[in-house]
Amino acid sequence: MDIHEYQAKEILAKFGVPIPRGGLAYSPEQAAYRAREIGGSVWVVKAQVHTGGRGKAGGVKICKSEDDVEAAAEGMLGRRLVTNQTGPSGKGIFRLYVEAGCKIERELYLGFLLDRKTERVVVAASAEGGMDIEEIAEHRPESLIRIFVEPAVGMQAFQARELAFALGLDASVLSEAVTLILGCYRAFRDNDATMLEVNPLVLTGENHLLALDAKMSFDDNALFRHPHISELRDKSQEDPRETQAADRGLSYVGLEGDVGCIVNGAGLAMATMDMIKLAGGEPANFLDIGGGATPERVAKAFRLVTQDDNVKAVLVNIFAGINRCDWVAQGVVKAVELAGLDRPLIVRLAGTNVEEGRRIIDESGLPVITAVTLAEAAEKSVAAAKNYKPGA
Amino acid sequence: MSVLINKNTPVLVQGITGKIGGFHAQDMIRYGTPVVGGVTPGKGGTEIYGVPVFNTMKEAVETTKAHASIVFVPPPFAADSIMEAADSGIKVCVCITDGIPAQDMMRVKRYMRRYKKEDRMRLLGPNCAGVITPGENLLGIMPGHIYLKGRIGIVGRSGTLGYEAASQMKDLGIGVSTSVGIGGDPINGSSFKDIMELFNEDPDTDAVVMIGEIGGPQEAEAGEYIQKHMKKPVCAYIAGLSAPKGRRMGHAGAIVSSSGESAAEKVEILRECGLTIVPTPAEFGTTVQAMLAKAAAA
Repeated sequence: MDIHEYQAKEILAKFGVPIPRGGLAYSPEQAAYRAREIGGSVWVVKAQVHTGGRGKAGGVKICKSEDDVEAAAEGMLGRRLVTNQTGPSGKGIFRLYVEAGCKIERELYLGFLLDRKTERVVVAASAEGGMDIEEIAEHRPESLIRIFVEPAVGMQAFQARELAFALGLDASVLSEAVTLILGCYRAFRDNDATMLEVNPLVLTGENHLLALDAKMSFDDNALFRHPHISELRDKSQEDPRETQAADRGLSYVGLEGDVGCIVNGAGLAMATMDMIKLAGGEPANFLDIGGGATPERVAKAFRLVTQDDNVKAVLVNIFAGINRCDWVAQGVVKAVELAGLDRPLIVRLAGTNVEEGRRIIDESGLPVITAVTLAEAAEKSVAAAKNYKPGA
Repeated sequence: MSVLINKNTPVLVQGITGKIGGFHAQDMIRYGTPVVGGVTPGKGGTEIYGVPVFNTMKEAVETTKAHASIVFVPPPFAADSIMEAADSGIKVCVCITDGIPAQDMMRVKRYMRRYKKEDRMRLLGPNCAGVITPGENLLGIMPGHIYLKGRIGIVGRSGTLGYEAASQMKDLGIGVSTSVGIGGDPINGSSFKDIMELFNEDPDTDAVVMIGEIGGPQEAEAGEYIQKHMKKPVCAYIAGLSAPKGRRMGHAGAIVSSSGESAAEKVEILRECGLTIVPTPAEFGTTVQAMLAKAAAA
């Protein structure tokens, strides 16, 4: 789960990480009021959207007066911000964060990640702030400093010192740097984060360190023990189809194609999408209905997929292990009876109780196209989507 | 023979009195797996499905001499159950549970390192379908009837995609020595390489099918091992060719977050390591058949 910059900064501040003064605004008037509250003569108005690359897309504005702040807020609120990470539809701007400007001496990068290779938390830092980790790894790999944290004891002060010196920080800010780095680590560990990025981490003109931007993502599997993090979820930043699916216990990812997919198991779901692509089509979604799929769950999945107007054919591909084909078949029949069938439906069943499942489909009298193998199912689905004429 | 388990491997079910644990315990017993007991704290001294229930793993292992266990404990408590298994002397543990926090798994892996390598429990999963040695021992949740007994090893992250491969092979009369699920989580017990090492040494496995997916470094790591040390032919499929970058495809670990983790890149790496590539998920059976024919001719 992702959260907003201002939320990440609030968390970090609780762990002793220095952040600029700032305040949240939902309207241009409120933004101007925040600027007055903060004081000073330079402010930054930042769109709160779940994406990187905001600056280049016009989501960050430096302002020299309260009027400027108000105008910048006016220009951003209600718009959709399109960055290189959001896709063409962008993400809605409904909240702004107004922050005190500061004099920047140096920009650094500081990131915390779960490293799958070493199965540890890795702390990555670079003197090349502002770029993201991928860019740094590609263009300036030699500038990347990595430290691995031993999970039994956690990050140690000497590791933070090593990072600080490797970043070329002066002894005068050493204790500040150690506090900041260890604070970030604890915020990451204690909240089951999967990613924490302070980019840039800046050294100000007054020789202090400051987390100028902050991004955090959390392990969805650990949210049960962090209700205060779950609370920060902002559904306006999610694909509404995915939100709806998640609320129903289904794993769904919306894509751009026209063949809707309902599959059990993540691996088979990906393989089904691959087969559709190889058969000359494009999948409209990834959807894993999971292990104990009941008829009700299949019916929900069916409604979810057919809600997408781009979908011109629906492929149900079930290899039943924990599932039973007869249950899945009942779900398909029930869903079609409830929602009607206005698009071609291709069903491929295999595994436990397959004969019973096929019998239920056949005896339903529904115009279902059946397939025995995965290849056959994909080819029939792609052909059906190509030949589909809406309203015909 | 086979890897990890055979017909003489006694099994404990952790969470046997739960709904899912109970369902699959019965299924394993029907298949012929020597299930010798179960563990549910607080229900020790009772009996279920004809086997005794214990309060602790230590007590269960001491009494039954079990060698393997399977975990059906809910995600918040599953890591604890795995560590309990490791401490009790269990040698092979399959964790079916999906949804264990990644940091819990980091701690589990760290905890397991307190045992010497030769005494250390081998963990499969979490978030996997388990292990099956067809005709002998089902330690998992797969439908046993789709596996033909034979001499090909299967190792994969995904359960259902593994079923797909096994059933395509069965249709062509090709059987399986052991099929091993390593699970879809970012931090898991055994890697592709760990299992490949077992198949490499198993006299009853002639070739191996590896079923990977997007995300993580384990497929590439296995590729390097295969290139340097594998004495048997290996073919591989990587799921997620059509998966967009940065999106999580169901499995917690199925996400392309850095270079080298996409399906196309992994396929390229494995090809360079000398593996046979399964071109589409509809061609597991035919690819294995062709690979075996080629090996026989050579």
